[in-house]
Amino acid sequence: MERRLLGATALASVALALAGCGADRGVAQDPNARVTTLSILDYYNNQPDKTLVQAGLDTCATKLGVTLSREVVPGADLISKILQRASSDTLPDVMMVDNPEVKQIAAAGALAPLGDYGVTADGFAPGIVDATSLDGKLYGLAPVVNTIALMYNTEMLAEAGIAPPTTWAELRDAAKKLTTPDHYGIAFSANATYEGSWQFLPAMWTNGGDETDLKSPQVAEALQLWTDLVNQGSASRSVLNWTQGDVKDQFVAGKAAMMLNGPWQFPALDKFPDLKWSVATFPVNRPGQTVTTPLGGEAWTVPITGKPASQRVAAQFVACLNSPEQQMEFARTRFAVPTRTDLLPQFAAEVPSMAAFTKQVATARARTGKLSTSWPKAATAMYTAIQLALTDQSTPAEAFRQADES
Amino acid sequence: MTQTSTVAPTEILVPDVTTSVDSTRRRERLAQLMFIVPAALVLLALFGYPIVKNVVMSLQAYDLRTFFTGEAPFVGLANYVEVMSSRLFSRAMVNTALFTVGSIVGQFVIGMALAVFFRKKFPLSGTLRALLLLPWLLPMIASSAAWRAILEQDSGILNKTLRGMGLIDSPIPWLTSPSVALVAVIMVNIWIGIPFNVTLLYSGLQDIPEELYEAGALDGATGWKAFWHITLPNLRAVVSVVLVLGVVYTLKVLDIILGLTHGGPANATQTLATQSYERSFVDFEFGQGAALSNVLIVISLVFALVYLRVNRRAIED
Repeated sequence: MERRLLGATALASVALALAGCGADRGVAQDPNARVTTLSILDYYNNQPDKTLVQAGLDTCATKLGVTLSREVVPGADLISKILQRASSDTLPDVMMVDNPEVKQIAAAGALAPLGDYGVTADGFAPGIVDATSLDGKLYGLAPVVNTIALMYNTEMLAEAGIAPPTTWAELRDAAKKLTTPDHYGIAFSANATYEGSWQFLPAMWTNGGDETDLKSPQVAEALQLWTDLVNQGSASRSVLNWTQGDVKDQFVAGKAAMMLNGPWQFPALDKFPDLKWSVATFPVNRPGQTVTTPLGGEAWTVPITGKPASQRVAAQFVACLNSPEQQMEFARTRFAVPTRTDLLPQFAAEVPSMAAFTKQVATARARTGKLSTSWPKAATAMYTAIQLALTDQSTPAEAFRQADES
Repeated sequence: MTQTSTVAPTEILVPDVTTSVDSTRRRERLAQLMFIVPAALVLLALFGYPIVKNVVMSLQAYDLRTFFTGEAPFVGLANYVEVMSSRLFSRAMVNTALFTVGSIVGQFVIGMALAVFFRKKFPLSGTLRALLLLPWLLPMIASSAAWRAILEQDSGILNKTLRGMGLIDSPIPWLTSPSVALVAVIMVNIWIGIPFNVTLLYSGLQDIPEELYEAGALDGATGWKAFWHITLPNLRAVVSVVLVLGVVYTLKVLDIILGLTHGGPANATQTLATQSYERSFVDFEFGQGAALSNVLIVISLVFALVYLRVNRRAIED
C-alpha cells in the first residue's frame, strides 16, 4: 500500500508541476478596478541602498494609497528574473531596469510607454531620457543617475606636491610621480566585462571618439592613455582583472593614489575616517574638449501585465518616484545626481562632495544613446580591444581592428 | 481449499497454484511498473526535456524577445554556423582541450600520489585525509574569490611568498598575462579536483589484498616496481572511472574561470563553457549559447560512451 501511495504521489507531483507552468494566465482586470497593491522588482539588495530605496517607495505608496509587495534580487540575477517572470506572465507592476538595458527590454515589447499615462520627462537631463526612450517613446524614468570621475587621496597628492590633473599629459605625469614602491599612481578597471568598457568611456568620449566608429584615431588615442598608464608602471597590470569594487579596495588600502570610480563608493570610503580623499572631474586630452562620461543609474518602468488599472497606478507610482522632492531625497541619501536639471544648482550647493559628479552629469551620455540595442556588441569589442592592448598583443591603433575580427 | 473431501489435495492445488502465480506475477509486474514510471517520468522531465529543448533552441533565433513574445523562428543550422565560424571558437576549443588535459593529468598524478601515501597508516593520517576534502566542500565562488586574491600580481600571497623565498625576481603575472593565465586557472582547477581523485583512488587501493604485495616483495617487487606491476593493474577499473568522470566534469567547468579571469586576459582563458555562458546570459543569444552547449554535450557524450565501454569490460573481467 505504502509503495503504491509513493508512486501515486510521485505521479501527481509531476502532473502538478507541469500544470503549474501554465497557471496564472487569463482573467482580465476591469480597467476601472480599484488597485490596492503594487508588486515591485528591483536589485537594490545591498545596504544602505535597500533601506533608502524602501523609504522612497513607501512615501509614494502612502501618497497613492496602495500597499507594496517588493522583491529584491542581486544585481546579476535581475535580467534572468525578468525573463523568468516574462515567460510565466508574472511580470511585476513596477520594475527597476538598469538604464543600458531599458531599450532592449522595451524593444522586446515588455514595457508600457509612459506617455500613454501622461507621464513625461520634461525638464529631465537629455542623456538619461535618451537611454530610457525607444523610437521616440518614453519607457522608463530614472530619478537619479551617477557617473565616474577621478577620485584621489589628498594626502598622497599633497605629499608629492601635485595638483589634481586636468589634462591627460598632467594625468600621465601625476600618475608617474605618485607611484612609489608602496603604491601605484592610479587604479582603474579594464576587466573583460562591460565594466571595463564603461570605465574606458570617459577617455574615449572626452577625446571625441565614438562607439559608431571604434577604429577612429580618437579612440586609439584614448586607448593609448590606458596603455601608457600601465606600461609606464603607474597602474598595476592587474587592472586587467579588477572590478570597480577591487579598484576601491586598492584605493582604501593606500595602494593607489588616484582611482576612476563613482559616488556609489562613498559609503564604503566613509568607513575609513583616516582616508582623506576628494573628487576631480575627468581630465581632458586637449584644452577645449568637453568632459563626457557615461551615465549610470537605474530607471523605473511599467511592464505590460495586461492589467490596465494596475498599469495606470504603476505609472503614477513611477511619476511619484521621479517627483522633485523624491529625486532630491534619493540624491542626498544615496549619493547620486538628480535627473531634473533645475534641481542641479541647489543639489551641488547642498552636497559639495558631489560637485564634480554633478558637473559631469550635465554633459554625460547614455551608453545606448547612439547604438540602441546593438550597444552590447560595441561594448564587447571595446573590452576585447582594451585587453589586447594592455597585454601587448596589439598596439592601441590596431587593437580595435583585431577585436573586430574575433 | 477448505473443501477437502474425496479429491486428492494435489489435484486441486495445481490449478490453484497457477492462477495465484499468474496474479502474483501480474501484481509484481504492476509493482515494477509503479516503481519505473515515476522514475522514467522524472528522467524524461528533468533530463529528456532539457536536452530536446536545447537541441530545438539551437535551431531557433531564441533571444531576449522570445521570452516576452514567445516567438522563436526556426533558423536551421545558422546558430551553429555563427558560433563555429567565430574566431573565438577555435581558440575556445584549444583552450578547452588544454584545460581538460592539464587539469586531469595534474589531478590524477597528485591524487594518486596522495592516495598511495595515505595507504600507509601514520598518526593523524585520518585527519589529514579528511582535511584534503576541504576544497570539495567550499563553494566554488568562494574558492575562486580566494584564489583571485592569492594570485594577485602585486600583493597576492603567492608572489610575495615566492619573492620572499628568492625563487623569483619579478612578480609572476598569474592572471594578467595571456601566456600564464590558462596555467593559473588549470592550477586552481587541479586543487579543486584533487579530493575527488584521492577519495576514489584511495577506496580502490583498499580493495587490493595485502598478500599481493607480500608475494610481490618475495619476488623483489617493491617500491616503484610494486606500484607499476601490482597497484596500477589492480586499480584499472577505478582509474578509468576517475579519468572519464574527471574529463566530463572538467569540460563543463565555468564558475572557476568566470571567478578568476572572466575569460580574459584578451580571451586567453575562454573555453566552450565560458563562451556558451557568455552568448546565452550576457548577449542573450540563447540559440547560439544552446548550439555551443550542444557541441559540449556531444564531446562529453563521447567520453561517457568510453566510460560505459570500459566499465562493461571491467565488469566482464
